Amino acid sequence: MTKTLRVKSSEYIDETNRISFKFNGKTYHGFKGDTLASALLANDVHLVGRSFKYHRPRGIMTSGSEEPNAIVQVNPGTNRTEPNVRATEVEIYEGLEASSQNCWPSVEFDIGGINNFLSPFFPAGFYYKTFMWPASFWEKYEFFIRHSAGLGKSPTSSDPDIYDHRNIHCDVLVVGAGISGILAAKIAAKKNFKTLLVDEKNELGGSTIFENNEFNKIDNKTPSEWLKKEIEELKNIKNLEIKTRTSVAAYHQYNYLLARENLTDHLEAKDKTNKIRQRLLKIRAKKVILATGALERPLIFNNNDRPGIMLSSAVKKYSEFYGVACGSKNVFFTNNDSAYESALSLYNKGINVEAIIDIREQSESKIVKKVKEAGIKIYWSHSIVDTAGYKRLNSVSIMQLSNDGSSVTGSKISISCDCLGIAGGWTPAVHLYTQSGSKLKFDEEKKVFVPNQNTSEQISVGSCGGDFKIDEIIKNLNHKLKDTLNIKGTDLDNIKVEIDQENSKRNIWLLPSDKPLGKTKPFVDYQNDATAKDIKLALREGFRSIEHVKRYTTTGMGTDQGKLGNMHALGIIADTAGVKMGELGTTTFRPPYTPLTFGTIVGRNVGKFFDIFRRTSMNDWHVENKAEFENVGQWKRAWYYPINGETMHQAVQRESKAARESAGILDASTLGKIDIQGSDASEFLNRVYTNAWSKLAIGKCRYGLMLNEDGMVYDDGVTTRLGENHYIMTTTTGGAANVLGKLEDYLQTEWPELDVYLTSVTDHYATVSLCGPNSKKILKKIILDLDLSDENFPHMSFKESKIGNIQCRIMRISFTGEHSYEINVQASYGKDLWEKCMEAGQEFNITPYGTETMHLLRAEKGFIIVGQDTDGTMTPIDLQMDWIVSKKKYDFIGKRSLYRSDTMREDRKQLVGLLTDDPNIVLEEGAQIVSELNQSPVEMLGHVTSSYFSPNLKKSIALAVVRGGKDMMGKKLFVPMENKNINVTVASPVFYDEKNERLNA
Amino acid sequence: MFLINCPYCGERDQQEFKAGGEAHIERPKQPTELSDDEWAEYLFMRKNIKGVQFERWNHAHGCRKWFNMVRDTSNDEIKAIYKMGEKPPAQ
Repeated sequence: MTKTLRVKSSEYIDETNRISFKFNGKTYHGFKGDTLASALLANDVHLVGRSFKYHRPRGIMTSGSEEPNAIVQVNPGTNRTEPNVRATEVEIYEGLEASSQNCWPSVEFDIGGINNFLSPFFPAGFYYKTFMWPASFWEKYEFFIRHSAGLGKSPTSSDPDIYDHRNIHCDVLVVGAGISGILAAKIAAKKNFKTLLVDEKNELGGSTIFENNEFNKIDNKTPSEWLKKEIEELKNIKNLEIKTRTSVAAYHQYNYLLARENLTDHLEAKDKTNKIRQRLLKIRAKKVILATGALERPLIFNNNDRPGIMLSSAVKKYSEFYGVACGSKNVFFTNNDSAYESALSLYNKGINVEAIIDIREQSESKIVKKVKEAGIKIYWSHSIVDTAGYKRLNSVSIMQLSNDGSSVTGSKISISCDCLGIAGGWTPAVHLYTQSGSKLKFDEEKKVFVPNQNTSEQISVGSCGGDFKIDEIIKNLNHKLKDTLNIKGTDLDNIKVEIDQENSKRNIWLLPSDKPLGKTKPFVDYQNDATAKDIKLALREGFRSIEHVKRYTTTGMGTDQGKLGNMHALGIIADTAGVKMGELGTTTFRPPYTPLTFGTIVGRNVGKFFDIFRRTSMNDWHVENKAEFENVGQWKRAWYYPINGETMHQAVQRESKAARESAGILDASTLGKIDIQGSDASEFLNRVYTNAWSKLAIGKCRYGLMLNEDGMVYDDGVTTRLGENHYIMTTTTGGAANVLGKLEDYLQTEWPELDVYLTSVTDHYATVSLCGPNSKKILKKIILDLDLSDENFPHMSFKESKIGNIQCRIMRISFTGEHSYEINVQASYGKDLWEKCMEAGQEFNITPYGTETMHLLRAEKGFIIVGQDTDGTMTPIDLQMDWIVSKKKYDFIGKRSLYRSDTMREDRKQLVGLLTDDPNIVLEEGAQIVSELNQSPVEMLGHVTSSYFSPNLKKSIALAVVRGGKDMMGKKLFVPMENKNINVTVASPVFYDEKNERLNA
Repeated sequence: MFLINCPYCGERDQQEFKAGGEAHIERPKQPTELSDDEWAEYLFMRKNIKGVQFERWNHAHGCRKWFNMVRDTSNDEIKAIYKMGEKPPAQ
């Protein structure tokens, strides 16, 4: 470990708080305030990873979230491990471990490095071209591709941390706390706007906070001094909430933004427990002020990716903010003045700056003069043509640039160095801006895309808005703020700003080398190893659209989404194709801006909160009596009640027999219940059901079938007339919400003239279904003063009564074909009612049964279940339920569709019964049905929809839909299975008690 | 995520609403009088235009009321919202 690279005590680094951490198994030291990147650089570690395709050694390139290379696995092997984390964003803490990715066995010696030497065989589109044939080999290729590619490793155990969501509504959201963001937030809050300021870093101030150009002055102070005072003042402003370590991931329409607030990632393991790790902020802002700054661009030249080659601005930040020198022999390569600021920063701290290579012919700004005075050698009109050093840069070779910048001339000069800062100009960070749907335009002079047409109430201020100089920034910020917030007079009106004028520009997207392009490696996308060569190849192969070139070459498709190289890719395409960059457009920037953890996205919705579920009021009884449950919609329904270790089959056979032989009891509370009232209630039912309702007497029940407008069966259930203008409709358990929605839709939009009111009362009632020949005797024991005779209380009728002093509604209806009752009480009495029935039924061996037995019993009777025997393509005619379709009614939902040529086809799939020739074989639901076995390809006639072994009939029964099945009664068909063909015979779907005699038994 | 100004409840988040397809397609008063083609036109055909579109929306997790919206599908700008039965605003 070398301490020498710490150059000065920085106010942001706490040198009294020494922290040890491990990188690739080796222990290093850093200080509180360091990022993993700054701490590694302080230890002279540049090599941190291998590139994706060629496995080239890569170092730390940047100091922020745009980092393409220094992608690490944090805390490998633990349940808190996280892949693909940018070392530049990890704040170090005691005990932190991190390791390199995409290398084996180690970052120092990586087998995959051989790809670098094989790179002529890995051109753009390599995978598309190579693994195409033979097609049958794809599975083998895929195995190897998946094992050799890929970045980090996902955790294999459950995430121990807590995540949270929070909704925030504010007047003004300011994204980015650099100079523009701080000024905007301060002014907005002082003018009484409820303001939220967020920044992804842990300290406010952006890059201005370490701005050291002595020729820029705000009110006679350097920008960093001046800004520190402004930040100090923020603390006392009301209406202003500040969130650091908070990265805005997405900017959706109508100013809805998602941000991730990091709360514990910078803490030691012992301090993380029982705290919220990350919080997703869902922000709805009246106005959004984007102050996201700008990202420095690299320069694209041969071998521009070696460890030790960094952005010039990063070199400056490491020196000024973290107090770390990135090298001891530094060289800068630039096309603008900002590299001179970085060079001076190092020079002023006594760090050796060997040279500055500038592609411009000259620059006369004060800072350039100052560098000249310092005696630093400047090579004007020169370009780097090559670099050397495998795991760490050791020299660069430079040559004179031709006048047009397309080639190099003269002799080659080699400069020895261990760090190269590159400065290719600044790109406004417009990612969030475009995510909001707003449109960019190309600024020909600045050579960048800048905001143009806003789609929501938003402004872009500072360098993300295309203003790079402090005087411009403050002037335009002041003007835009007054405009958008509709305010007059701000603190910025009388600020005096002096700046150093930069007056010469030169932009070359791809810098020439003395070697032909084919022999060089000028990387455009570092993470995905896409070079300028690949982009040109794509163009030669006919790709024109930027979106196509992106996908073919994978430029901009890594975890960094090409934050550094996208502009160069565009520039190279424009130059090569001879079009203007403005016409080319950009690729789409999609959320998230930086990756989000799954934990943040799901928040608290994990484990039992993953999805909501509903329980009936009898649920505790079912649990106590060891029921197995099944999910029906959101409901947890009792499925069957095994006794003494019964299998599901055994339990269902026992329950089914008991219900027909004596008495069964079912929790039917989950059926949807809709209360319908109003003077037009009968007319309404006439229109929504296929059968007629006007003549239904008060106190009577009727089964109804509901269609979609396309004629297909949508729902069914029994509706009871409670009064002249009052009905209660029952729906299927899963369909309740949709049926209510559909009925409301027709009422509000098609028939607003009808006087009808709908109320969902599903949760208000608990329902017990009592069935079997002894059900009447059981009910008699509970309800003393109700005449249960067939005359007074016949099948399909309704009575209101009392159990004790509890009001109840009783329908004598049956879904099993047995004599049965559905008893409804206020939901809170459900369990009492259930227990009363169980007690009263004890002498009759009353047997609780679940949904599986219910399904079996109704199948014996050939009653359909919507959604099991129908699938949205079955008309009532297909179901052989013509009897329920009124011929007299002029109209009802779906009626016209029953007369369409397609719905009237004779060979539609129709519901039939199936009996297996061997009564012990139970068909599989979903099994296909054919009439021929020796045909190829064989025609599928239909499939099995319901299938059970009936204990009451002592044979296997099934319902099926079969093409033209209506006319196939008695026909022999086959159900081909994997190992055998099952012989079946088409039968009536009603297997049990065809004359319905048991209803009154 | 839109911010939708329900004509009955005021501005609410999109997640409270359900989109209900193209607006102003009236259910024929006398379906039996229609040919198969005319009925199919009502039943299946929708414009789905890029640009200004008239749509039905339902405040499903709120007041359950249906209403109409004029939305530019190319940039999701909501140009107008009006109640069922009201005339669409002039374009």
